[in-house]
Amino acid sequence: MKKTDLKIAIAGNPNAGKTTVFNALTGTRQHVANYPGVTVEKKSGLLKYKDMQMEIVDLPGTYSLTAASEDERVARNYIIHEKPDVVVDVIDASNFERNAYLTSQLLELGVRLVVVLNMSDRAKSQGQILDIEMIKERLGCEVVETVGSRGVGIGELKDSIARAVNRNPKDVTLDYGEEFGAFVDEVTDSIAAMKGGVDYASKRWIATKLLEYDPQVVQKFTDTYRSLGTTIMNRVREIRKNVEGHHRASLDILFAERRYGFAAGLYREILRKEPSGHRHFSDSVDDLVTHRFIGIPLFLGLMYLVFYVTFTFAGLPMEWIENGVGWLGNLVATYWPGDGPIKSLVVDGAISGVGGVLVFLPNILLLFMCISILEDSGYMARVAFIMDKLMHKIGLHGKSFIPMVLGFGCSVPAIMATRTLENRRDRLTTMLIIPLMSCGAKLPIYTLFIPAFFPMAWRPRVLWLLYLTGVMLAILLIRILRSSMLKGESTPFVMELPPYRVPTLKGIIIHMWERSKLYLKKAGTIILAVSIVMWFLTSYPKPAEIPGAQEVRGTAIEYSFAGRIGHAMEPAIKPLGFDWRIGTALIGAMAAKEVFVSQLAIIFSLSGDESGISRLTEKLRKNYTPLIGICVMLFCLISFPCMATIVMTKRESGSWKWAIFQLVGLTMLAYLITLIVYQVGIRI
Amino acid sequence: MGKPLRLNTIVPGEKVRVIEIRGGGQHLRRRLIEMGVVRGAPVKVQRVAPLGDPMEIRLSSSSLSLRMAEAHHVIVERDV
Repeated sequence: MKKTDLKIAIAGNPNAGKTTVFNALTGTRQHVANYPGVTVEKKSGLLKYKDMQMEIVDLPGTYSLTAASEDERVARNYIIHEKPDVVVDVIDASNFERNAYLTSQLLELGVRLVVVLNMSDRAKSQGQILDIEMIKERLGCEVVETVGSRGVGIGELKDSIARAVNRNPKDVTLDYGEEFGAFVDEVTDSIAAMKGGVDYASKRWIATKLLEYDPQVVQKFTDTYRSLGTTIMNRVREIRKNVEGHHRASLDILFAERRYGFAAGLYREILRKEPSGHRHFSDSVDDLVTHRFIGIPLFLGLMYLVFYVTFTFAGLPMEWIENGVGWLGNLVATYWPGDGPIKSLVVDGAISGVGGVLVFLPNILLLFMCISILEDSGYMARVAFIMDKLMHKIGLHGKSFIPMVLGFGCSVPAIMATRTLENRRDRLTTMLIIPLMSCGAKLPIYTLFIPAFFPMAWRPRVLWLLYLTGVMLAILLIRILRSSMLKGESTPFVMELPPYRVPTLKGIIIHMWERSKLYLKKAGTIILAVSIVMWFLTSYPKPAEIPGAQEVRGTAIEYSFAGRIGHAMEPAIKPLGFDWRIGTALIGAMAAKEVFVSQLAIIFSLSGDESGISRLTEKLRKNYTPLIGICVMLFCLISFPCMATIVMTKRESGSWKWAIFQLVGLTMLAYLITLIVYQVGIRI
Repeated sequence: MGKPLRLNTIVPGEKVRVIEIRGGGQHLRRRLIEMGVVRGAPVKVQRVAPLGDPMEIRLSSSSLSLRMAEAHHVIVERDV
């Protein structure tokens, strides 16, 4: 019989090596998408084994399957609603007890289980011996030992999955003790006695969840049964109230303790030899990494290294891409017959738009190389450990520090780096304020305006003050966001500090490849489209041709939509000290911040290249005051991030809502602050 | 039985045993249990972060980091 389209889900704790097992099973045939309606990523891959075709889904790593976090809900809903044929439970063999807590919940769901004892080499080197046969017997499932990072045991795992497909799961009933067990039985019976009955999961499981008052299950139950379910729900509430009175703890806590008891009991039963003296290596590394005096400087040094690799190493390939795209543009321009709108669309719109997308690729590849190494080695958890006090004070998680620092380089990879944050509110807050970390593309604006208006001695101070303003505003905004839109019970910080591991090359490369592919596919296409729109706005409509005249470039842009919008905006931006020329350049800057400079040069009828920009300084001095100079820089610092950032925020937050909020919110803030500075400034 | 103490008052290097989790909200309590901070579990305070918060505790086979405010809810005793 040919079996096709089997669904296999991989579940397990974070740090149990789930991803290495997934990578070993699927190789590079992976596909990343979002689960519908949430930002949690769904990674899936294909495995052809014997005559079977399996879709393997890597569920988010969780310690539990309650409805407490988005990750847990996603993992649980997948198992309940997609009904995978087999669930592979990846367990860190050296941490069996804690990992078996999740196993107990998978068993309760009645899935066909394959237990994978991963990193078995590490556990064995610590002297731990587990009775594999005993696990098989007690859980009634396949058990395989693997070392995912080296591909050991993966063949056997495939065999086990294939066997598990045809095996009925053993009905393992968790022992909740006499008192609680009776409650579970009672509610289970009441559900069974109902007409229609529930069918999306076992009745016993639903009874347990109702008693725990799991919000998702309760909601679904009352929605489905309305008045019919009322008697059961009343009884559930009565039981909960009584139990709470007696035990000073709610049933979900008491059940969790029983489940942990099951895991601990199982571990004791299967343990043949206890591990001894583990983590020596990790401990000595941690003595250094989290040292009172060395820890933070070491971290800042590593941060600098990441920054350096991401932005400096990327400089050269970025230049190649820019030159290559320029060369291609020239080539096409040279051989394209005649002049016309299509030629301009291809050369100035499409080709330079593609260049604008590709130019970020070296950044993204290198950044994700660094992030992969930091995460896979276990250092990222230490970053949170070291920085949490500081970041917690301003209302974020320790891990937010890294994306924020990266923001000084470029917002696009920085927003992608917020992925390391598990809590959605932390992620959103960090994402929204990242543009205030003055990025590299804003530097050309500063280096144009600062020397134009400030004496040598003042220049570094003004620049420093601009960066500081961004950071202070970011902190202020975090506070505001956390006490308004993104308020909510802060999730516990309690976090595992996994032992250090050597990252695998395969893991790093897959991670880099995956991110780049996503960037090109999801963000690249939109960025390209917006580039073409921007090209259109700055080139159309065209004034009557006056060939050869340099002066015409300034008039052409004034005549274009961008110029017209600039003119139309003038009344609105006049209170900031800006004229239509600055307004028009600001529109150009939506494509990329550094475009502001070249646009301004063109508007002043200078060439957009270096010689033009150096003459621009004089023009600026002649036309504007130092106060206006400050206002322009302030506005550029705070206002709308470039479109690539907006598109990235949309992609990473999962909705245009947040992207538009970021765009509008920051622009309004910029307007307000610039307005105050200018209006106060002209009066003193 | 030893005197009940709060985990945040235990200094690095000391070994204690968990008595119970008191207060702190459902989320924290459940999370702690899931991570193995259960009644009777032996805990060693490994270190405190350079800035004085959070702390690292060692359970039988894993290491956890938790904020002092969270450790405050974990009631422990010294082994006698």
